[in-house]
Amino acid sequence: MAATLGDSSSWSTALVKISPYTFSAVGIAIAIGVSVLGAAWGIYITGSSLIGAAIKAPRITSKNLISVIFCEAVAIYGVIVAIILQTKLESVPSSQIYEPESLRAGYAIFASGIIVGFANLVCGLCVGIIGSSCALSDAQNSSLFVKILVIEIFGSALGLFGLKQHGLQNRSNFMILVDNSYWVKNANLFVSCAVCII
Amino acid sequence: MYGFEAMTFNIHGGYLEAIVRGHRAGLLTAADYNNLCQCETLDDIKMHLSATEYGPYLQNEPSPLHTTTIVEKCTLKLVDEYKHMLCQATEPLSTFLEYITLRWNMAAQMVGLLQYVSWDVSRTLFRCCGDAVLLTGLFGSDSQRKTNILTASFRYGHMIDNVVLIVTGTLHERDVQELLEKCHPLGMFDSIATLAVAQNMRELYRLVLVDTPLAPYFSECITSEDLDDMNIEIMRNTLYKAYLEDFYKFCQKLGGATAEIMSDLLAFEADRRAVNITINSIGTELTRDDRRKLYSNFGLLYPYGHEELAVCEDIDQVRGAMEKYPPYQSIFSKLSYGESQMLDKAFYEEEVKRLCLAFEQQVCTGYRGHPFFS
Repeated sequence: MAATLGDSSSWSTALVKISPYTFSAVGIAIAIGVSVLGAAWGIYITGSSLIGAAIKAPRITSKNLISVIFCEAVAIYGVIVAIILQTKLESVPSSQIYEPESLRAGYAIFASGIIVGFANLVCGLCVGIIGSSCALSDAQNSSLFVKILVIEIFGSALGLFGLKQHGLQNRSNFMILVDNSYWVKNANLFVSCAVCII
Repeated sequence: MYGFEAMTFNIHGGYLEAIVRGHRAGLLTAADYNNLCQCETLDDIKMHLSATEYGPYLQNEPSPLHTTTIVEKCTLKLVDEYKHMLCQATEPLSTFLEYITLRWNMAAQMVGLLQYVSWDVSRTLFRCCGDAVLLTGLFGSDSQRKTNILTASFRYGHMIDNVVLIVTGTLHERDVQELLEKCHPLGMFDSIATLAVAQNMRELYRLVLVDTPLAPYFSECITSEDLDDMNIEIMRNTLYKAYLEDFYKFCQKLGGATAEIMSDLLAFEADRRAVNITINSIGTELTRDDRRKLYSNFGLLYPYGHEELAVCEDIDQVRGAMEKYPPYQSIFSKLSYGESQMLDKAFYEEEVKRLCLAFEQQVCTGYRGHPFFS
């Protein structure tokens, strides 16, 4: 194994020698931690505008809680994924820790965690910013609420994309799906940033 | 990064921004103005205003209303909302607010320092600075917050208004108590009554103004010369120039959308003042160099337009100089030759248009300048 992986003092050896447990654990942590970060970010963005706008237009409060709920859903995706990933963690005997299969499992969980975590981060941000605009517009003109809500629904779909990719990744053993999911993760990030700016 | 401000703006500004927008919805509309125009008596006005946001402030007034009462109560609405926002503000919003009200007060200040203007006129003008803004319904009285550094008594604007009011009043031998009652509530501070003692500009500065935020602006204009009309006007304009440049630098430092919007507004303001200075100084003793010194160092007209304006001797030459700049050409084209009274109104309309545009941006500090900037 050492021969196929290069010199014992190279970077590739160093990376490969990191236990797959580490990768999995970090992946799970990122899944839930960064998702909740995104959700919280979104909630405060929406909430501060909502509170201010509701001073002059109290009627908007109950309708605009939907924006907050969309952000909350993002946190829940993160929690669900973390729980699912955690159930996939199994003990392997020490002789098999560095087998390719174990390494792959470790990397897969790590990748899932990152995908879901960051997709939910940008989703939460996106929904939060749109929610804040929604609250402000609703305070001025109630007919705008539903129209902006549609944009918000598209934004919250970003979180679902991340969730779906996580599901796909962990179902199959083919390496090609791992590459696919990295690409989708990056696409998610770009799409979310674009929607944010809008 | 421009475009990603939305991610962190709401930490400090989300609540205030929402309040500002709410206040904007409370502005008087064209329909309200139509109703007001059709009123026959002051009681009718009170009745019409009771349906608007100004209602609660007027409803407890007894029946024989005076115009001044209406104006005072409406200004009180502004003051209340200003204070509310002032309490919520953090840097740099607070500094921004201060700059805005500073302008407002400068106008009143200079009016007050015109010792040769009669008391009633100066007081009316002072009131008008506040009232004009109010009565045009241009702003829903939003203020920004700021109490981080300065205590409640240290607010640029209204403090100066009151300083001026008292100084002018003392010069015209009015009773100090009566003057204190007429002071704007936002500008009260502890040693205000001692202003009545100051005999000339230098003493005034030494006693009072050196502690206020206007002190750096004053340091350029303090002279021992007698305060006649000319010198007061020059002082007013020098002060104003210093203020505008300071505000401009501040906005540039804030960066992002704020810098973009405020630069535009301030540049327009600087150019407008340059034109006004030129027109007002045609035919007076003001030399070309003096006139040149009063123009600000930024804006569309800087520096070539200023060169041309400095040598203008009548309105048509001013028009010729300004028509080289497309935004101002459209303003001047509305006026026929030889007519200068409409110029003020045309500039005012243009300013209002720009302020409304500033309001369209959601997450910057600039739009909050809009209500106060008129």
